Amino acid sequence: MSPRIAIKDHIRESQLFTSRAIVAFIGVILALLAIVGRMVYLQIISHEHYTTLSQNNRVSIQPLAPTRGLIFDRNGVILAQNLPTYALEIVPERVKDLDKTIAELGKIIAITPADIERFHDRLKDKRRFQPVALRHRLSDEEVARLAVNRYRFPGIDIAARLMRDYPQANLAVHAVGYVGRINEKELQQIDPSNYAATTHIGKLGIEKAYEDLLHGTVGFQRVETNALGRTLRVLDRTPPVPGKNIVLTLDAELQRTAKQAMGDKRGAVVAIDPRNGDVLVMASLGDYDPNLFVNGIDHKTYNALQHSHAKPLFNRAMLGQYPPGSTIKPFIGLAGLVSDTITPKTQIFCRGWHTLKGDDHKYRDWKTTGHGMTNLKKAITESCDVFYYDLAQTMGIDLIHDLLAPFGFGAKTGIDIAGEASGILPSTAWKRRARGKPWYLGETLIAGIGQGYTLTTPLQLARATAIMGSRGHVVTPHLFDHAGLADSQQLDYQAPVAARDLDNIDPADWDEIINDMKNVVYGLHGTARRINHGQPYKIAGKTGTAQVFGIEQEEKYVAKDVAKRLRDHALFIAFAPVDDPKIAVAVVVENGGHGGSIAAPIAAAVIDQYLGDKP
Amino acid sequence: MSETRSYGRWTDRRQQGSLSHRNLHLDWPLLLGLVVLSGISLVVLYSSGGENMDLIWRQCIRLGIAFGVMVFFAQIPPHHIERWTPWIYGAGLAMLAAVLIFGAIGKGAQRWLDLGLFRFQPSEIMKLAVPMMISWYLAENPLPPSRKALAIAALIIFVPAGLIVKQPDLGTALLIAMAGIFALLLSGVSWRLVGGFSVLGAAAAPLLWFFGMHDYQRQRVLTFLNPESDPLGAGYHIIQSKIAIGSGGLYGKGWLNGTQSQLEFLPERSTDFIFAVFAEEFGFFGVLVLLTIYLAVIARCLYIAVQAQDTFTRLLAGSLALTFFVYLVVNIGMVSGMLPVVGLPLPMISYGGTSMVTLMAAFGILMSIHTHRKLLTGG
Repeated sequence: MSPRIAIKDHIRESQLFTSRAIVAFIGVILALLAIVGRMVYLQIISHEHYTTLSQNNRVSIQPLAPTRGLIFDRNGVILAQNLPTYALEIVPERVKDLDKTIAELGKIIAITPADIERFHDRLKDKRRFQPVALRHRLSDEEVARLAVNRYRFPGIDIAARLMRDYPQANLAVHAVGYVGRINEKELQQIDPSNYAATTHIGKLGIEKAYEDLLHGTVGFQRVETNALGRTLRVLDRTPPVPGKNIVLTLDAELQRTAKQAMGDKRGAVVAIDPRNGDVLVMASLGDYDPNLFVNGIDHKTYNALQHSHAKPLFNRAMLGQYPPGSTIKPFIGLAGLVSDTITPKTQIFCRGWHTLKGDDHKYRDWKTTGHGMTNLKKAITESCDVFYYDLAQTMGIDLIHDLLAPFGFGAKTGIDIAGEASGILPSTAWKRRARGKPWYLGETLIAGIGQGYTLTTPLQLARATAIMGSRGHVVTPHLFDHAGLADSQQLDYQAPVAARDLDNIDPADWDEIINDMKNVVYGLHGTARRINHGQPYKIAGKTGTAQVFGIEQEEKYVAKDVAKRLRDHALFIAFAPVDDPKIAVAVVVENGGHGGSIAAPIAAAVIDQYLGDKP
Repeated sequence: MSETRSYGRWTDRRQQGSLSHRNLHLDWPLLLGLVVLSGISLVVLYSSGGENMDLIWRQCIRLGIAFGVMVFFAQIPPHHIERWTPWIYGAGLAMLAAVLIFGAIGKGAQRWLDLGLFRFQPSEIMKLAVPMMISWYLAENPLPPSRKALAIAALIIFVPAGLIVKQPDLGTALLIAMAGIFALLLSGVSWRLVGGFSVLGAAAAPLLWFFGMHDYQRQRVLTFLNPESDPLGAGYHIIQSKIAIGSGGLYGKGWLNGTQSQLEFLPERSTDFIFAVFAEEFGFFGVLVLLTIYLAVIARCLYIAVQAQDTFTRLLAGSLALTFFVYLVVNIGMVSGMLPVVGLPLPMISYGGTSMVTLMAAFGILMSIHTHRKLLTGG
């Protein structure tokens, strides 16, 4: 204990504190008196002034929602529109017994348990005195019945609303997407004043990607309200600016043809215009009706979609990653020519299998008897595997990687809607990075026939085919064509980065591969010769059959489906006309079997309709 | 500071057999005031929240937690509080530094520390830790404090205040500095020194304006000086809240009938601006009743301070009481247009959790001080 403490005078300190506390208390009282003085000024002296201000405060500003822009296909077919509908809305604050009111309303119009469930969902995140919809799309009869009975239900209202509607339903759902109610997370990202009156926002596809164009600009009106906050009259009005109408590159009729040709099979069809990257067809099957999502989907329907074997919510065209199988062969063949690994005259003998030195594993050809003496032309026309085992072994995986990458394999295509898989174009560096393991020679061999690690999306395949068909003109696929602006101007699609064309490839090499692909359709032994029925234009293509590896997305299949699940995927890529391609197509049919018999006719149906219409 | 400092020992000083002895270490007059304020809070919130019972239940839960914290702190004998003071203060400083270094951005300002399970505002701790540390330090030395002691006390106050200004949270920093300065005033700093520093502070204000403030803070001060200059932006709050208070008049518009608040002209009406709702609906007389209850609570706290048995508890109790008072005055001053808007809740009435828990912890400490007896062991 320090001696200083000894001289602490406790009694004096206590007295000092008490005197200071008294001073503080006087200060407290003075400050509170100052507040009382302020209240006297505000509440007594200026009372009348503020009462007047308070009454004038009945003018309030209301936001007006802009009309959302429409979406058309390239020929003017409406894909998304706004329909005037009547909705039954309730202001919960003005209803005494909500459950009883809903039950009573249920006697007048049909209200399903799903409607009630959605209603309660929406109750959770609404603003005060904001109406909440109980039923949408009321029929005229229902509106009439409600109008007659309305006096019995304070707090309910029949509201005319514009509702997003997709007249083509399932047709282009994976491209167009849909709108839905704005959720908590989106609320953080949007400009609150521009969305002040907006209830829906693009959730997927074009609706999401071009939300800014489609939404428009909010308007405002100043209204006079009564003491209860009800609008009495509109004082002035700044009308909202409607959203821009968007025209897509998609061809709705062509899309319909593609889907009809697919029938009830699962898979994807993508068609691109090689000249400019216009996406003409983006079909993914199974599919679903986007109208289900506009006003919130009930859990039962959603779960049914979520757990369906057909995976309807999954956009196979962009997100489905499939081994390209033999459709990779024209590209690797071209790589062989470009790198001078082979010439068109190079021949090998195919005896039905290939082995590596010092390894007795047989890499088999699909044709067990072998193709005999085989050059590049025959290897593409008849899809000889052994030729490609040999070619891949000579080139090595890294050279293959470097020469295939310019065709867009293993990278996102840069399409203008979100949610695209990048696929895999393997290399030794990739395997070390992604798997942490060295590359094995055997893996190079199976990569030569598009198996193993190689994965592509149908969109990537269609784009690579377009690049092949146009002899190296690299395009970025896009769904947006243009949007109408004010003063009859229009906003055209702008590619994010100008792509560099593949202009250092010898024209003779292009000729060789393209002729070989033509031979797939027109050759005596061509694997897709069945689609040649004397069209006035020439088609070049390549079939593919991809072995199904363990696919996680299909894990939940029941036992009886296993056999089907293990069936190969059928693929086909094609472009036409050969000399001046206007369309490039990629078709993937899941568990379809052989590319030539299953996938090729679907591509042919698309090409025939597209070119048949345009002589 | 001597390492052999003795904190003494405190025992129960409640009368045997009394009501309070059979229960917890609670001070019944103070508790009564707090319960009445909580009741008023629920009544006003029911109106300001649009008769939303969810809001009321949530506030009830928060009140329950806050009263629980109060009871908990009331059980801790003052010598434990005193012994832990330097550690709590040190930990608070460390957390403030941590917030500055890797604070999660919340509301555009770095105030929150994310501890995984919950986010946490270290400046809340400092609202208690600064008065505790000042009292702890001054209690060791003879009073009134020497110049050297004053210099160290200034450091104790202004290091955390400076860190909080950096967050930036000027309002909280000023309040925490005030809490420390109150402890100094109560300790008997000569009035001449107080006057000198006041003049110095006034002279430093322009420096603060030009070098110490963010643009938005300057804007708030400008708006305060002339709210009509920005009727749709920051001035809107003040204009609307003055209209609410003024139109309340002598008797008020009646519970649930305040047009300003019911028609949603008044922003933040359940939180910072709840006083305007109260004044609109209950009028001048209502305000008088409310202020009287607050005055009673503050008076009881100061009484507890005067009755306290040693310097540490005395200074601590006094400065906590005055801090509560400052919160009250600053909030009402802000809502009624006498002070700039600093974003501070009305203590015990506003909707919200964090600041109420801190406040109730302070009341818990006050109750502990009043219900324990220091044993005279020569320490």
